[in-house]
Formats: sequence, structure tokens, C-alpha cells
Amino acid sequence: MNTGDLSTLLVWAAATAFTVALIAYTVDMARIAEQATRRAPAAVPVGASVGGPVSAVAGSADEAAPSRSLRAEGIARATHYLGVALLFAGIVTRGIAAGRWPTANMYEFTLVGVFVATLVLAIMQRRRIIPFISVIVLGMSVLSLALALLKFYIQAEAVQPALQSYWLIIHVGVAITATGIFTVAFAASVLQVLRDGRENDHSHLVGPGVKAGGLRASLSGWAVTGPRFAWLEQVPDARRLEAMAFRLNAVGFVLWTFTLIGGAIWAEHAWGRYWGWDPKEIGTFIAWVVYAAYLHARTTRGWSGRRAAYFVFVGYAVVLANFTVVNLVVTGKHSYSGL
Amino acid sequence: MVRYRPEGLEDTFSAESDAPDAPVAVPSIGVVGWLRWMWRQLTSMRVALLLLMLLAVAAVPGTMFPQRAQDETKVATYLADHASTGPWLDRLGFFDVYASVWFSAIYILLFVSLVGCILPRTKVHFTAMRGRPPRTPRRFTRFPAQGEGVSADEPETVVRAAAAVLRRPWLPLWPRYRVDVRDEGNGAWSVSAERGYLRESGNLLFHLALVGLLISVATGQLLHYRGQAIVVQGNGFANSVVKYDTFEQGTAFDPSTLEPFTMQLDDFESRFDPVTLNPRDFTAHVTLAEPGKDPVKKTIKVNHPLDVDGAKVYLQGNGYAPDIEVRDASGKVAGGGETPFLPQNPQYTSRGVVKVPSVSGDQDQIGIVGYLLPTARQVDDTTWQSIYPQPGNPLLVLTVWHGNLGLDTGVPQNVYELDESRMTQSVDANGDPVTLYVKLGETIDLPDGLGSLTFKALPRFVALDLRYDPSLTFVLVFAVLAFLGLATSLFAPRRRIWVRAASDGGRTVVTAAGLARGDDVGLQPELDRILAATLPDLQNKPASTQETP
Ligand code: HEM
Repeated sequence: MNTGDLSTLLVWAAATAFTVALIAYTVDMARIAEQATRRAPAAVPVGASVGGPVSAVAGSADEAAPSRSLRAEGIARATHYLGVALLFAGIVTRGIAAGRWPTANMYEFTLVGVFVATLVLAIMQRRRIIPFISVIVLGMSVLSLALALLKFYIQAEAVQPALQSYWLIIHVGVAITATGIFTVAFAASVLQVLRDGRENDHSHLVGPGVKAGGLRASLSGWAVTGPRFAWLEQVPDARRLEAMAFRLNAVGFVLWTFTLIGGAIWAEHAWGRYWGWDPKEIGTFIAWVVYAAYLHARTTRGWSGRRAAYFVFVGYAVVLANFTVVNLVVTGKHSYSGL
Repeated sequence: MVRYRPEGLEDTFSAESDAPDAPVAVPSIGVVGWLRWMWRQLTSMRVALLLLMLLAVAAVPGTMFPQRAQDETKVATYLADHASTGPWLDRLGFFDVYASVWFSAIYILLFVSLVGCILPRTKVHFTAMRGRPPRTPRRFTRFPAQGEGVSADEPETVVRAAAAVLRRPWLPLWPRYRVDVRDEGNGAWSVSAERGYLRESGNLLFHLALVGLLISVATGQLLHYRGQAIVVQGNGFANSVVKYDTFEQGTAFDPSTLEPFTMQLDDFESRFDPVTLNPRDFTAHVTLAEPGKDPVKKTIKVNHPLDVDGAKVYLQGNGYAPDIEVRDASGKVAGGGETPFLPQNPQYTSRGVVKVPSVSGDQDQIGIVGYLLPTARQVDDTTWQSIYPQPGNPLLVLTVWHGNLGLDTGVPQNVYELDESRMTQSVDANGDPVTLYVKLGETIDLPDGLGSLTFKALPRFVALDLRYDPSLTFVLVFAVLAFLGLATSLFAPRRRIWVRAASDGGRTVVTAAGLARGDDVGLQPELDRILAATLPDLQNKPASTQETP
């Protein structure tokens, strides 16, 4: 078996470990949900618990949330860490097999992106596990790894002259890191919006605006204010989640800005112009503007909190589309996917 | 002090000071009032947000429709395929999105709004940096972070101790807080402290740098030029407008200022992966001669352009330019020469056209179309294929046309295309086109007695792109400034801390409060730390209103 095959094997192993971790996190979440439902029938006004003991913070988690499954969390944590380690080994061996820095095509980009996301997730949860965020991030990670192995995979080899530059490390490396961080931030924002809906007793599925018998009404069992989401009272309050999402998004945004500038500098070397409205450049620009809008929305009266988080959803969608659609469907100068 | 802030800015620091959430008062009088109102709207946070969203949306069509600046031919194809909608889209600027009126309008408004809200803020910020930290508020109850304790020391001693803690440098010689101690009378003392001016400085730097960036880019547009030329191995090239195949310049560029250097392509090297045929290295070896200087040998590689007096020369493409000599029926050399053939695939199967206009007498003009296969291998009787991009076994596969090339019709012609409308193709007895196979060094007769053709040599060509843009340094500097400003504004916390000590029957009661710009989970811990350092013998820990992470 050569190094390239070993790398692929390690990536498969990492995907397996993440799948186990995903299941364990889901069990943990289900356990919390079940207990929360039993303890808090839907009628209890949700707002009352804001800032109360259940929404206490990391560190005090264990006594605050007796309903969590310690065994599931132990398994989740162990397999999560194992997956990160295996993936790291897979990336290193891939680099050795190719004889260069392993960020030159879609397959490698996905591996490193998943690595960053799962690593950031592990660091963020070193003191307190928020299973919901883990489920989103690991769910996406497993999916991405499967997609990478089955669809994006190409043989490890050296790169064409246009990519032979230290900017392959800086620009692409930073772009991947930003994408990984945005992923975790996105998950935190999703949770923030759900939690916010529950705190403020606000749901799009129930309420005066919803027609009886309509589609939305038939989904009303899934309203964040309903019993199914009682577990939301076990997560940190919306303000704290927003602070968490903001910090991640801010780091991501700074790195994204660097990606944009670094990309322009590299384009100046490689293509003879720093900006040419190439599809990838447009996508990066749009994502940047949307995240800038997010930062402004946060500080605009009437737009902070939940509404600002919607910008994160749009921004993250643009980041993903910029990676997938622009690489696979649109033709441009960034046709380095190897597919 | 009046603190400027754009309308609609949610900002704990200023919200605390005065202004209630009053709606914008619409002035009842006159044009000036309306103008002022409009200006207020334009520079408000909501409008900035709206314009940012608009900008993002307006950038999208550029990925959905072909753009002239990228690919003129794709636009033409699109227009041909969509006869009814195409012209309308064209009129609305959908094929030139980033130069269109609406796109420009959005970003210009955005920048006007930005200047309108950043300049006043800059002024306020300068004043604030020179003034004293804001006076200690009478009551602490509404602040997000609070703490308290008691001490046996005098109020003044306690407050001075707190001030010393707050002044403790963060970096050597760089105090964390600016501190102001006040005697409030009645035996009460207080200290007010503020940190994180850097946050606002960074924010302002960021926004102003964006303006600088826009101006630099626009200046570059006016002063730049760029030209493309194909240079065949052994040949030279002079930097003058007429020598370029294509040349494009900004409106303010004066072509007479072109640096008159010349450059010769001595050699071209390429390497490919033997299995995947992916390119591994391209290097052009050139001799550069600038007026008044000795010629020097240089190399140009992808990612490593050659810098000639601020102009950069890029290696954008390469291929083969077979040296073909065509003699007409009377045996006279009638055309050919080194003709660039454009590579079509990784094996460098290259397509080219040889136009032979200057035949003697009233013979037909000749047009030859075909392919060059650098390493040819026979697949079956009539099919050949290139299997490797290097010249292992070069073969030309050609078909021949004769008639009128149409060069004198006044319509400019593409040198890589043959206009066949006035020409006939040579065919064999079965009516199939005659195909010629010519190896390097061979001479063969052309069909229909048109003459003969010799494949003399196989030099390489490079496609060079030369670009000059004097604004590059400024663009880079402003981009880096924007980046630095952004990083500081996002990561430097801006906090105010107040500590008050008042005597209360024999002991001193200490209260403290903190306020931060935006949501700041680190505020309460910092306040706790400061109190703990001020009152080392603190018995009952200060009561937190906020949990510690
Ligand atoms: C090209 C357009 C613009 C871009 C790309 C942009 C980008 C940014 C970014 C990335 C931030 C984050 C820094 C931070 O949160 O401290 C920011 C903050 C800010 N921007 Fe802009 N901005 C633009 C236009 C404007 C305009 C037109 C205004 C005024 C109406 C404005 C006012 C502000 C203010 C007041 C802040 C600071 C918010 C705070 O105090 O935390 N910006 N901007």
C-alpha cells in the first residue's frame, strides 16, 4: 500500500469515527430533549427561565443539566477527538504522497475544511458540550467527507505551474480555515435563532398569522415554542449564543478578508491582474459583503439579535455555493478542482 | 459633549448617554430641511445596511450571464441564442454588470454614505481621545457589570489603589486604561477609566482605507495599460503600441510614455508529468534590452512575472509555431513562415491556419488549415493522434483551400480562422477532402497543382501579457490598512469601568460598574479582577450580576 492509499484509508477511518460521534451526540441531545419534555410541559412560560440556572454557563454544566447522558457524551468526545486525529494523519499522508502542501483541489480542500471545523468545534466544547451544535457540524462533516471520497477524489500528484506558489499555502489555507470557522459559527447562529424564538415565544408555525389547516399549521408540532423544543431551555441563552456566534464569525470574517486580499495579490502574480470579476472572485466578494452586512446589522437598531443571524445564513450559503457551484458548474480561472 | 453617531446605530456607549429612541423628526420647512433630512437618511446605519445588501444582490448577475470583460465571444453566442431577451439584457447592462450604471450607483452611494458617517465620527473620536474619560455616573444600577466590597482604608486611598490597578500597563509603556480620579465631595472619591480607543480607531481606519482603496483602483483604471503579444522563439518584440496584438489603455494614459525596451525570446522550456501530462513547469528565457543599458538575460515563469521599470511581463500561454514554407505553382516562395498553432488539449494537439495571399500572377490564393501533433502516433489508416506534448515526432495534418482569402474586403480577419466563403477545398477522386501528412523536414506537393509545402522547423512561441498600473502600491497599502483596521476594531474590547468609594460610618463602601461597547462577555470578569486587585483582603466576593464563563 502506498502513502496515497494509506491517506485515503485514514480519511475513511476519520469519517467512520465522526459518524459514531455524530450518533453519540444525537443520543445525548435526544436524552436531553426527552427529559426536558418530561419536566417542562409546553404550558410553562419559556421566558421565565431566561438567565435562570438552567441557562448557566460552561463549567457549571454538570450540576445544571442532570439530564444529559454522560456516557453518550464520553463516547462522543472520544470518537470526535479520534476523528480529528485520524483526519489530520490522513491530510499529512496526502501531502507526503503528493509531495506538496495538500490544499490544491476540491478533495483536499474538503478534507482540510472538515478538519478545521471539527477542531474548532472540539476546542469550543472542551468545557461544555452543546450537542445541537455538534450534531449540525458533525452531520455536515460526515456528509462532506463522504462527498469528497466518493465524488471529489483524485489521485495525489504535483500541481501545475499556476499553483506553484507559496500563496497556495497562505491564500488557500486561510480560505479553508475561514470556511471551517464559518461552519461552526453557522451552527451556533442556528441554535441562537431557535433559542431566541423560544425565549420570546415567537414561532412562524403557530400564532395569529397562520391559517388553520395550512401547511404551516400542519407543521405546528415543530414550532420552537412547542414541547418538541423544550430542550432549548437547556442550552445557553440567546444572548450568549449570539456572542459565541459573533466571535466565531468575526474571526472568520477577518480571515475571509485576508483570503480576499491574498487572492488579489496572488492573482496579480499569476494572472496579471489583481481583480477581474472571475466567478470565484465574485462569489468571495458577495460573501464578504454579506458578512459585512451582518456586522452592520448587529449594530443597527432593530436588526441586532435574531435578524442579524439571518445574514449569517445567507453568508454561509454563499460561501458554500462559492465552493461547490462555482467549482463544478461555472467555468472560470479557478478551475482547479481536478474534476 | 455631543457624541456623533449615525442614525440607527445601536451602540451601548451612546445609548446610555442621552437620546431616547426618537423617530427622525421630519423638518417642516423648505428645501434645505429636506436636503438635510435626506442626508441624514443616506448616512444612517439602516441605509448603509440596505446598500450593502443591494451591492451583494447586484453582484450576482455577473455569475449568471457571460461578461464582456471576461469573454466577448460568449456574450456574442448568448445574444445569438436569445434573440428576443438578449438585446434588452444588453441595454440594461447585464453583460457589463460591474461597469453598469446601477452597480456603480450602488457602490458610489455606499461610499458617500460611508464618508458621511465616518468623517464626523473621526472628529468626535479625536476629541474623545484628547479629553478625560467620562465622569462617573451617579447611579450604577443600570450597568451590565457591577461589583461591590468594603474596605477599612480611606476612600481616597482605595480609589487611588484602583486607579493604579487600572493604569497597570498592558504592553510596556502602554497602559490599558485611561484613568481619571475625582474627589466627589462628602468624603466620596471615584475613578473613571476607559480602554479600547483602538477599537474605534481601527474601525475608522478600516472605513477610510476602503475609500482610499476605491480611489486607488479608479486611478489605476485611468493610468494603466495592458498589451498582449505572441513572440516566437528567436524573435524579438519591442514595447510599442503597434507591436501588440491587442492593446488597451486607461483614458489618462499617454502612449508616448511607453518604456521603449525590446525583448527577445531565446528559449522556452516546459516539463510535463509523464503519466497525467499535467504541466509541471514553464520557463521563458529572454534577453531584455533597455535603452542605455546592456542587454540582460532574464527568465519569466508563471507566478513570476518580469518587472521592467514598473511594467510587468507575464507568461500567459505557450505553444508551437511551426515554420512552414509555401511555394506557389511557379516555385516562388509565396507565404508561410513561423505560424502559431493554438494548443487544444493536454497533448498539445494544436490548430492553426496558414494564409498564402501573395501568389504570383493570377493564381488562386491558398489557405491551409490543420493540426500540429507534437508526438504523433498512427491510430488507423487515416487517423493520427498526439500522445505527448513535447515534440517527439512532430506531424502536420493539413487540408488545403484555394480561391480568395478575403483579406482585401476591409473586414478585419482573425488570423486563427480561415474565411472559407470564397474558397474551394481540394478534394480527391472520391470527393473527399485531401489530407496532407507532413513530417518535420519534409517537402510535399500541394493538391490541384497549387505548389509545394515544406515543414522546416518547429520553434516554440509564448503569449506574453504586459501590464502597467502605477496604482498597485497604493491599492496594496490601503488593502493592508483596511485589514489591520478591521482586525483591531473587531478584537479590541472597548470598556468603561467606574469605581467609587464612600465612607459609611467608620468603613468604606466600594461600588463598581462596567460598560462595554456591544456585547462583551469579558466585562464582568475584568471588573471582578480589578476589584479583587484593589481590595486584596476582600472577604465577601463581589456579587456578580452576570455569570462568569
Ligand atoms: C463599502 C461599504 C462598507 C463596508 C465594506 C463596511 C464594513 C464594515 C465592517 C467589516 C465593519 C466591522 C467592524 C466592526 O464591527 O467594528 C464595519 C463597522 C461599522 N461600519 Fe461599516 N462598512 C461599509 C460602509 C459603512 C457605512 C456607509 C456606514 C455608515 C452609515 C458604516 C458605519 C459603520 C459603523 C458605525 C461601524 C461600527 C459599528 C460599531 O460601532 O461597532 N459603514 N463596517
